[in-house]
Amino acid sequence: MTLLSILGVLSSAIFSGTSLLYTTLGEIIDQRSGTVNLGLEGVLLVSASAGFALTSITGQPYLGLLLAMLAGGLMNLVMGYLTVTRRANQLASGLALMFFGFGLSAWIGRPYVGAKINGLPRIALPGISNLPVLYASLFRFDLLIYLAVPAAVLVWWLLFRTRWGLGLRAVGESADIAFASGRNPRRIRYQALFAGGLLAGLGAAHLSIAYAMNWTEYMTAGRGFIAVALVIFSKWHPLRAIGGALLFSGAVAFQLLLQSSGFQISPFLLSTIPYVVTILVLVLWGGTRRHSAPASLGRVYQGSE
Amino acid sequence: MPDATSTVSQPQPLIRLRGISKTFAGVVANDHIDLDIYPAEIHALLGENGAGKSTLVKILYGFYGADSGGIELNGRPLSIRSPHDARAANIGLVFQDLALIPAFSVAENVALFLPDLDPVIDIQQVCSRLNALSEQYGLQVDPQQAGAALSIGEMQKVEILKLLMSNARVLILDEPTRVLAPHEVDSLLAVLRNLRSAGYAIVLITHKLNEVLACADRVTVLRRGRVSGTLLRKDATEAGLIDLMFEKGLASLEFERGGGSGSETPVLELRGASTQTQGADTPLADLELEIRPGEIVGVAGVSGNGQKELADLLLGITRCASGRKLLYGEDVSRESVRTLRDRGVRFIPENPLAMASIPFMSVLENFALTDSRLYARWGGMRLDWPAAERDLIASAEKLQFTIPIYAVARSLSGGNLQRMVIVRELARNPRLILASYLTRGLDVQSAQAARTALVQARAEGCAILLISEDLEELFSLSDRLLVLYGGRIVGSFQPAETSVHAVGHLMTGSGV
Amino acid sequence: MGDRAEAAGRFGFLRGRILEALIRYGFMVLSALVLFAIILLIAGKDPIQSYRDILTSTLGSAYGLSEVLVAMTPMLLTALAVALPSRIVLINVGVEGQLYMGACLATWGALTFSGLPAWILLPWMIVLGMIGGSLWAFIPGLLRALGLVNETITTLLLNSVAPMIVSFFVFGFWHSPMDTNKTPNFVPAARLPTLFGTRIDVSLLLALALLLIFWLLTRYTRWGLEMRAIGGNPQAALRNGIPVKGYVIAAMCVGGAIAGLAGMAQVSGFYGVLLANFSRGTGYMGFLISWLAGGDPLGIVLTSFVVAVITTGGNLLQLTRDLPYAVINILLAFTLFVVLARPSLRRRRRTA
Repeated sequence: MTLLSILGVLSSAIFSGTSLLYTTLGEIIDQRSGTVNLGLEGVLLVSASAGFALTSITGQPYLGLLLAMLAGGLMNLVMGYLTVTRRANQLASGLALMFFGFGLSAWIGRPYVGAKINGLPRIALPGISNLPVLYASLFRFDLLIYLAVPAAVLVWWLLFRTRWGLGLRAVGESADIAFASGRNPRRIRYQALFAGGLLAGLGAAHLSIAYAMNWTEYMTAGRGFIAVALVIFSKWHPLRAIGGALLFSGAVAFQLLLQSSGFQISPFLLSTIPYVVTILVLVLWGGTRRHSAPASLGRVYQGSE
Repeated sequence: MPDATSTVSQPQPLIRLRGISKTFAGVVANDHIDLDIYPAEIHALLGENGAGKSTLVKILYGFYGADSGGIELNGRPLSIRSPHDARAANIGLVFQDLALIPAFSVAENVALFLPDLDPVIDIQQVCSRLNALSEQYGLQVDPQQAGAALSIGEMQKVEILKLLMSNARVLILDEPTRVLAPHEVDSLLAVLRNLRSAGYAIVLITHKLNEVLACADRVTVLRRGRVSGTLLRKDATEAGLIDLMFEKGLASLEFERGGGSGSETPVLELRGASTQTQGADTPLADLELEIRPGEIVGVAGVSGNGQKELADLLLGITRCASGRKLLYGEDVSRESVRTLRDRGVRFIPENPLAMASIPFMSVLENFALTDSRLYARWGGMRLDWPAAERDLIASAEKLQFTIPIYAVARSLSGGNLQRMVIVRELARNPRLILASYLTRGLDVQSAQAARTALVQARAEGCAILLISEDLEELFSLSDRLLVLYGGRIVGSFQPAETSVHAVGHLMTGSGV
Repeated sequence: MGDRAEAAGRFGFLRGRILEALIRYGFMVLSALVLFAIILLIAGKDPIQSYRDILTSTLGSAYGLSEVLVAMTPMLLTALAVALPSRIVLINVGVEGQLYMGACLATWGALTFSGLPAWILLPWMIVLGMIGGSLWAFIPGLLRALGLVNETITTLLLNSVAPMIVSFFVFGFWHSPMDTNKTPNFVPAARLPTLFGTRIDVSLLLALALLLIFWLLTRYTRWGLEMRAIGGNPQAALRNGIPVKGYVIAAMCVGGAIAGLAGMAQVSGFYGVLLANFSRGTGYMGFLISWLAGGDPLGIVLTSFVVAVITTGGNLLQLTRDLPYAVINILLAFTLFVVLARPSLRRRRRTA
């Protein structure tokens, strides 16, 4: 286990975890306002395919990125229409959105399966390039990776230091109390969903445009659900999601590392650890009542009429 | 903040309510009520449960619209159609169910309600403003503490702070001391006095006489939706207020007293039983209670003083934190609801739709549910509906009730629903009946029928605990009468040797 | 006396309900078809022709119909696995994971006991499948009964864990020499027998039988009555002495067992092999079907049938019309959206 290999694991986790982090941040915003979005998988797929398609057509990865963001926001707005305006069950709506994403992304992406694009350019920070080539190559990151942690900080700041964030969190805790304070819970949930969708779109864009740089059906491979689990693991806190994203996505790379030092653990078993830990944490920390889930999570706001 | 100096001879009320009337589904909640609210004064709104106090202030705060009557602010008509309008008129309400988010800190909770909050929150500024106000009025709360960690008394103080920081000039508190410990009550009253001195107009809704006498400047007593009297403090006496609160004279209902065999083993005993609280529940403390076969023990008290907790404890839903519960001398403190029911404990709740019936099931199904094992055939694969039907009809006939057997529970009227529950609970010669607000919300006929059923059960040797706030009912039915206040039993009499007066005293906390 | 009038009223009430259900289903499918037609037009296909193709290929031939039934079978089972716990208002989103674990344990049986004759091996595999699914649902059930964690969260998390465990076994121990991501084909003794030379296997009969049992259970038995009571008013049920906690655990375990059976049927009947990540949302589809049907067995059969027609037809759309199969999900999703967005119809239907 050399320094290089450890750094290699870290680099791999960072690359793979960036899209997970953005997606999780988006879902944290949504869940903090009281909406569980099980359709994230579908949202990611549509964003990834749309972004990839535009990049392929125009050759401009940043354009594709913008489209992916927009696609994510729009998909989440559909979720908003169903759960906020039509007051439908959140779980069912999310799953329906997921299936929608399966189909829509397959349709959008089909002409582009196997296409090659120029992904987001990778830059090394000044100073890194002075290191030996092997090390330096591990840390040439694209723009989204550099912006990932700042994005987490931004989300934290938005949620905990602004009036908008206060109202949003209030809606997630008790929509009735938020309403009593003069706010409009429906509008706030829509806003949260759109913002969350933008972030999810960013995560999806990173996957198809920057990291894998291709498109295949179902390429997100469950990341949507991983993000939902990660939200719980991070106790709905954006800063904790950073560590969590590294953990959840570093498992496979970590396994290779262990393997090279003689420890044989199946990467699959390793990957289960974060989930098991999450459940244990939920149980030991006094259960759902006290583990900082937003109190109104999953509840459809009936409003007063 | 209002000017504190010019209050001594202030003839003009800040707010006037004139002729406020409100009817809900045939029940008159407010009947032409007049009320004047003056600045720098504590105005107590006194009355039993159901007298109409809450409805009145909810109209003032914009939750409901009055059917008739009007509100004036400083002599000019004021239209209040929503809480927004009320807040704009600087009227603030401290709710009974506190509007506090447990996960937020005190400062965040207050910030949520600030009308002038900056887009980027400076929480430190909110904290310092809070601290300043706390100092000024003696509302000791730590702005950084989480809402979940506050005691009920502290939560109330935060509610008051919210109002103060939103420039309210009229503060309405709806039964604020219902869930407070005595020292917290003193603390709250001191705060209210401070606020009064600073010029705020305070409306205090309560049923507790000692509070009224301790801090009110003016008292308005409501009874059954009407104002039965408005006095200044100097003119108010305990006796006088009680007379205004409770109706004098009891219509006699011809019920006989039960045999009350004094030497038999009590069916139910509580020895030193106490419970723990969750949230706004009232903890029971040190209860000593016994009920013998063939007697009705009445429990008087204003709702919210531990009645629900008592019923839950006896039924087996909550456990004693300390003390014991005995059934026929055997300790059953840890038994489940099912076991207790098997031993003949039955329950008639005050809200049959919410607490005792499955709304979409028919009367027959609700009936069979209770003793489903009795009607199970082939090991539970089938239910003997004909047998259930026979038993149901037999029980109903015995009680002389007619209820539609196949009707779905939620389609029944309140009276019929209660009949259904009574038929079910009395069906198999119960040994102990817990009746909680038996006749609340029932029409006269249904109420009579329910009481007759209870008397019939007593005649067959059943032991009955009747929790009620209807003193008439309690006096005419009970063989023994207890008074529950603040989770404790504060009095125990034979009805013949006491009066409405004395019981009213104890119910409202004076003389404790 | 009023009994007869009431009984007659009940019959009319029943007829009204069926009519209402038909209108509701018809409307929902129609709206979705219109929306999807727009998509088809954009894709340059003729919607009328496509729909006609779907119908003729699925319902117009014995083969097509058999394919619909094949697709329907796992849906029936997974929907039932959700419907039973939903009777007491438990939300079992974990069918996906329970399905995997059932398949996993059943595969272990198939591989370990491959020498046994079919009449011993198959029932044994069924039992194993049910045990696998049941265990996976027991933990969320227990946590919920103890009041610790909402079963929605735990089942969701366990959904992610189950495929990994399956992959662990497949890639690590069970894979065939040629492919690392699946086991060798099951021996014939480990395959569920098929009917009439089609691909329909006996699990369809099992599914229908279980649905019938579920219906009888809820309607006639003592436990059904008590479960409906819990679903109707848990507070009242508690005060009536019904052991709510026990029912919570039992319902989750039985639901999990049925999901496990579905998993076993998938690997033993449909695929004949355990492929890592073989389920593309079958469990979630079951959740949606149960939710759409209100947990009602007849509704589940009808809804599964409609969904199966759509998905099977979609298969054929791909073969003949050059659209990727996944696109049929759009039609499915539109159908779901339409139902979700119509709260007035939903609320009237809701009885439990």
